[in-house]
Amino acid sequence: MSEQVLQSTYDPSKSRWQFMLSELKPKRSVWTVFNMISVPTVLVAAVIIVIRFIYGLSAVSNVTQSVPWGLWKGFNVVTGVAFAGGAYVLTFMVYILGLKKYKPLVRVTVLNGFLAYTFYAFALILDLGKPWNIINPIIGNSFGTSSILFLVAWHFMLYIVAQMIEFSPAVAEWLGSERARRNLKRLTIGAVIFGITLSTLHQSGLGALFLMAKGKIHPLWYSEFIPTLFFISSIFAGLSVVIFQGSILQRVFSYQMDEHSDERHNIMIRGLSKVCAVAMFAYFFLKVIDMVHNHTLSLLATPMGAWYLLELIGFVLIPLLLFVYGVRIGTPNIIKLASIMTLVGIVLNRMNISVIAYRWNEIPRYIPTWMEFVVTISILFVQVWIYRWVIHRMPVLRTMESMTQTAKS
Amino acid sequence: MSINRREFLKTLGVAGASVTGVSALGKSKPEPDAEEFYAILHDITRCEGCQECEVACAEANGLPDVADDDYPDVDIKREPTPKQYTVINAHDTSVGEVYTKKQCMHCAQPACASACLTQAMVKHAEGPVTWDEGKCMGCRYCMISCPFDIPKFEFDSNNPKIGKCQMCFERLKAGEVPACVENCPSEALTFGKRSDLIREARQRILDDPDTYVDHIYGEHEAGGTSWLNISPVPFEDLGYNTEIETKPYPELTKGFLYSVPSVFILFPALLMGLREATRDGDEEGADHE
Repeated sequence: MSEQVLQSTYDPSKSRWQFMLSELKPKRSVWTVFNMISVPTVLVAAVIIVIRFIYGLSAVSNVTQSVPWGLWKGFNVVTGVAFAGGAYVLTFMVYILGLKKYKPLVRVTVLNGFLAYTFYAFALILDLGKPWNIINPIIGNSFGTSSILFLVAWHFMLYIVAQMIEFSPAVAEWLGSERARRNLKRLTIGAVIFGITLSTLHQSGLGALFLMAKGKIHPLWYSEFIPTLFFISSIFAGLSVVIFQGSILQRVFSYQMDEHSDERHNIMIRGLSKVCAVAMFAYFFLKVIDMVHNHTLSLLATPMGAWYLLELIGFVLIPLLLFVYGVRIGTPNIIKLASIMTLVGIVLNRMNISVIAYRWNEIPRYIPTWMEFVVTISILFVQVWIYRWVIHRMPVLRTMESMTQTAKS
Repeated sequence: MSINRREFLKTLGVAGASVTGVSALGKSKPEPDAEEFYAILHDITRCEGCQECEVACAEANGLPDVADDDYPDVDIKREPTPKQYTVINAHDTSVGEVYTKKQCMHCAQPACASACLTQAMVKHAEGPVTWDEGKCMGCRYCMISCPFDIPKFEFDSNNPKIGKCQMCFERLKAGEVPACVENCPSEALTFGKRSDLIREARQRILDDPDTYVDHIYGEHEAGGTSWLNISPVPFEDLGYNTEIETKPYPELTKGFLYSVPSVFILFPALLMGLREATRDGDEEGADHE
């Protein structure tokens, strides 16, 4: 494999810049339903962002003095990072444990993780009051080393770099540079080990951010275990994204699939479902221990308790059982359903801790404006655009050889 | 520049490496502990709700004047805003109408300062917790962390500030007392060393146990604060958060922060070992992907 000289769609008669420019052009029809919805939404979001930077956050957002973090932080950052957890879990399975059968999923998951982190960093900048001072904790003389957020911010940045390194061989293959590819590959294992360590710390660190909000977060959600709970849930959140996106990729990029890919995919999905189920069981168990330990069981009989049970039973325990059931009888659709429910559960959990159960007793409630929603969705849309652009061109789902064959035929 | 130098020297002082001879307060500072901070005692039994402190605060900090229709009323709960660092509230109680003053408590170990990733929020050896506009990036994590909900953010500005009481740090450095203390006509506010004020508060409670409840709010709350209150009625009747932790809030994150170096050292070694253990012999030198 390493001996083989790679053939890319890159044509050596053109310069690399010409090639990259030509690759910018859309390869397929741009008049898809997705584009018809996403393009106008992103344009509206661009206007909203301009308004936000001219008139301040309150011009577009409903965040208040008592609920200072809204949808952008709660969803795009806190939830999004959990969703992007698949990359560190998969690289751990493939590169550290040597489970080679999951290798076909690594590139696409790392790409997803890299884009997710990059765009969430962008969402964070939108939300910052003085984004130009973001340089302070990076190179300034203002290291707030006692701050969990300082830790999270640094890990965030470093992890983006690690993921970039993990993905870079695909870019080198796309550009037809065998030497660059070989050199970048040597960095992979280092980036993987560094990346797993960073992920462990910042996934749990995002939860640790809320440790000082004791008394502000409903006691059913506040726990000393928040960091551990965030870490464990990032495992099944990330893998559920992998499972869910797999089913979409099979359809959207069907031209990149061969006759075995369906079957191969189902085998991988079943394996990942087992990992999900085990992690979810550990999570569920820890949640129950936490309730007993903090004497919050009696609160389950309140309206917030019902909301809590919906999250824990409806979107953790039930998908957990569905994963087990799906693996047993081997139905991909049940596994898919379980992964979607798991993702809903993660959204509920992260939003509860950062927004909904945060100041649960406060009136009036913080409810995001339609503009906050538009920006949140637009960030996802742009991410999908780039994701799609890359997969159409680079060897992400398939190998370079199969790409050249398709190109020739 | 001079401030930077002073800050620098102060840091040295804190480290016990030097004595801040440049301090305008004219006191050489040994290693500061919570007891040696400056503090303010608010005696709620003496407060008449005249708002002189609010007016003086606005003037000293260059904030807009207090509006004529903005006064304490038992039916309204007033909160500090980004442009109003202190507010007086009226409460109907068993001893009639009493007034409380809300502003930054200047914790001995502030949650906001430990939360701040740019060190824009800083606790000074003199007592005040201040905010530095040049360092703040507006993430609002201080607002999430503060158990008293004090930092307020200018959501309506494109260059927002965090507004909160700075205990008139500039005046302190010039040897003056905070503006609110100086302008209080009923001597409800007393400025001094924290340990002295706690003694004073205890004495007042001891001398007149029928007037005061036996509680100094701020002595232990959030691990101790530079703002102390004594009251004729239980503090929960006055809207004070009495469910607050008695240990400093940064303690809540300490366990996690301590685990970071261990993870950082142990994980890579562990992962390396695992990888070597699970590797097939035949893939030596081959592609790892």
